[in-house]
Amino acid sequence: MSKPKFAMYWAAACGGCEIAVLNINEAILDVDANFEVVFWPVAMDAKYKDVEAMPDGDITLCLFNGSIRNDENAEMAHLLRRKSKILVAFGSCAVDGGIPALGNLYPTQAIIDTAFSTLTTDNPQGLRPQTSYAAPEGEIHIPVLASDVRTLDQVVPVEYYMPGCPPESKQITAVVSLVISALKGEAALPPAGSVIGAGASTVCDECPRTRSEKAIKRFRRMATYQPNATECLLEQGILCSGMATRSGCVALCPSANVPCIGCYGGAPGVIDQGARMLSAIASVVDSDDPAEIASILADVVDPAGTFYRFSLAHSLLHRAK
Amino acid sequence: MTPTSNGWEPVIVGFSCNWCSYRAADSAGMARIKYAPNVRFIRLMCSGRVDPLFVLKAFADGADAVLISGCHPGDCHYITQNYKTLRRFALLKQTLTALGLEDGRLRLVWASAAEGTILAEEIDNMVADVRKLGPLNWKARTAQRVTAAAG
Repeated sequence: MSKPKFAMYWAAACGGCEIAVLNINEAILDVDANFEVVFWPVAMDAKYKDVEAMPDGDITLCLFNGSIRNDENAEMAHLLRRKSKILVAFGSCAVDGGIPALGNLYPTQAIIDTAFSTLTTDNPQGLRPQTSYAAPEGEIHIPVLASDVRTLDQVVPVEYYMPGCPPESKQITAVVSLVISALKGEAALPPAGSVIGAGASTVCDECPRTRSEKAIKRFRRMATYQPNATECLLEQGILCSGMATRSGCVALCPSANVPCIGCYGGAPGVIDQGARMLSAIASVVDSDDPAEIASILADVVDPAGTFYRFSLAHSLLHRAK
Repeated sequence: MTPTSNGWEPVIVGFSCNWCSYRAADSAGMARIKYAPNVRFIRLMCSGRVDPLFVLKAFADGADAVLISGCHPGDCHYITQNYKTLRRFALLKQTLTALGLEDGRLRLVWASAAEGTILAEEIDNMVADVRKLGPLNWKARTAQRVTAAAG
């Protein structure tokens, strides 16, 4: 009997998810022993047309990382959806939009203009990338940037969501072993639509720091303040997203003395991670005086980028106006 | 409600507290004070109950503006909860501004149960401001962007 097929694809992503998968160390041998890897651009040579040639539903497990930034990403999302039985939105970008979705704070043209005409860009003729070009050998095309960055499930339906930037290697190992057991009939897969490889609580619940009453007179930034290693970071005035963010990472960042930046997405029951975060932050500001409140909150220099660092595409508003 | 020439009327979602501002709206009604009928009030026990989520949801679902109203600071039925409203409103405003929403689309008004006239005036001002800003249309626009690129 031939082995079930495995694919992994990157859309608008940094490659960190791929590293995280390789970082499962010897468990990668289980993947190889139990799956035939048919498509994984970062690890092996394969062409899109090889995927197109597969029968529909031929791929058993497809880990899709990256958000949908251009028409190539969207095309691959549709293609891999057709070819896969279990399509997993893998990593923050596929689940929530991730860092690329901060692009939704700007119009696409503004992003292109910034990239091709900043002071440090050597582009005296003010050239812009063209999406098609008539070469002597024929017309060639490059992918067109979409107006918005979207999550994978805003483009095609997915079976599972596996958050994290990147997903923790231990969680990947657990998910891979679960799928292998399920294929052998020894375990049941969670219901479709589930979040897998993550906890069911908040990062605060996993955080080892001591918490007491929160009353913040002043927000501080990591660049200019060294927090102590034991007290709650938020109580020290550092914007930490732990209270709004899903657990599963074992509070990795707060344990390393840096704040949670929210990569696991909204905690269970949270509809809009940014709203939850801003509500919690505002509530603990220690002042009843409008002017003082304004001056304390003025230190929150980038509210949209901080509260929606990973989840803008999945938020209620989805983008800036 | 008389629609404007292009058929658009501002849709404003209002969150008011049970103890002061909802009664202010009531007293405005009982005093037969005329004011713009564009605000759809949702009564909550306290303005402190207004989760920023409600406001975002209203915008995402098509509201042109959102009005939050509650008891004056110091007069809260629940002692200090409207101070939380004050703080959340400030940070929500900052966030919405960063997301490109105009200032006039979110307003906080304190109105005691006796201040029907003040609430009515504030609503009239707000409706006039929103009329100038035009429709927000977030719902249709987002749906269009999401499906357009989905193809």
